[in-house]
Amino acid sequence: MNATCPECEALLTLNDVLRGEIITCPECGAELEVVSIDPIQLELAPMEQEDWGE
Amino acid sequence: MRVGIIASRIRVEEKLLLAAFEARGITPTLINDDELILSIQANSVPLPYDVILERSVSTSRGLYALRLLEMLGNAVINRWQVANTCADKLLTSAALHEAGVPQPEIEVAFTAEAALQAIERMGYPVVLKPVIGSWGRLLARINDRAAAEAVLEHKEVLGGYQHSIFYVQRLVNKPNRDIRAFVVGERCICAIYRNSEHWITNTARGGKAENCPVTPELEALTVRAAQAVGGGVLAVDVLEDPERGLLVNEINHTMEFRNSIAPTGVDIPAHIVDYALRYATEVRA
Repeated sequence: MNATCPECEALLTLNDVLRGEIITCPECGAELEVVSIDPIQLELAPMEQEDWGE
Repeated sequence: MRVGIIASRIRVEEKLLLAAFEARGITPTLINDDELILSIQANSVPLPYDVILERSVSTSRGLYALRLLEMLGNAVINRWQVANTCADKLLTSAALHEAGVPQPEIEVAFTAEAALQAIERMGYPVVLKPVIGSWGRLLARINDRAAAEAVLEHKEVLGGYQHSIFYVQRLVNKPNRDIRAFVVGERCICAIYRNSEHWITNTARGGKAENCPVTPELEALTVRAAQAVGGGVLAVDVLEDPERGLLVNEINHTMEFRNSIAPTGVDIPAHIVDYALRYATEVRA
């Protein structure tokens, strides 16, 4: 499945991704969140918040 | 068996947990905390799951979701009380102390002036830690009074309110590593050394994972520490003090484990899934 990086517009081929997954654009290095699978839609991943962690 | 997993981001850990459930013929429902709505109303009912794993990357969201799910009557992992204690280093320290679990010496103060006094009383070097925080962020190692004054002023002026709860820990003169032990239920299933030249050894900060044998001493200590905060699926971080021996540093309630499966050879997600299924059956019974 193909999608376009919202940061650099590179064409990305995605396999077996899940909604909510974070991927890194191989072209520009931006962290992208898969916000929808059908249709495939990518957005810039949210910035890390102070209370994030394990 | 109906299983829910609350998550914000699907990390490697969540994918491994999904696969481990699938291997047992269960397809969990992913509950995105961005979209979650929980009602407090007279006719509120539990969500339709036998057990819900909380894997939110946001501590605050995770804690509130757990509290409300328990209110609704859902079985959750980890239980809110456990997560709430582990999320806060000060509450963790209090619980460990009450249970007689050895830990580094700690001083707590509520103003920069009092914190400076506490640090001077303890003696340098110390570590100043945010009570809520993870991945080794915003830890400050303070070697002398000048650094203490600077860091305390920065925290008071620049930080949010939580940064004026000053949690001061005596620096443990550990080897270039610490230990992370994975406790699931009553057992320590495996442990890793986190090796780093840097005094912060979190794997999120570049610490390298290596298998750490689970000795009877490590098992007893980490299971006791996990029980002290209420038990569940927990990662217990342990420091090796050359004088005092093993000390529990902190406990994580939504642990990451991707880097620990290969070095230990232990299928951590499978253990978590088995625990979750056992827990759901016990709660239902």
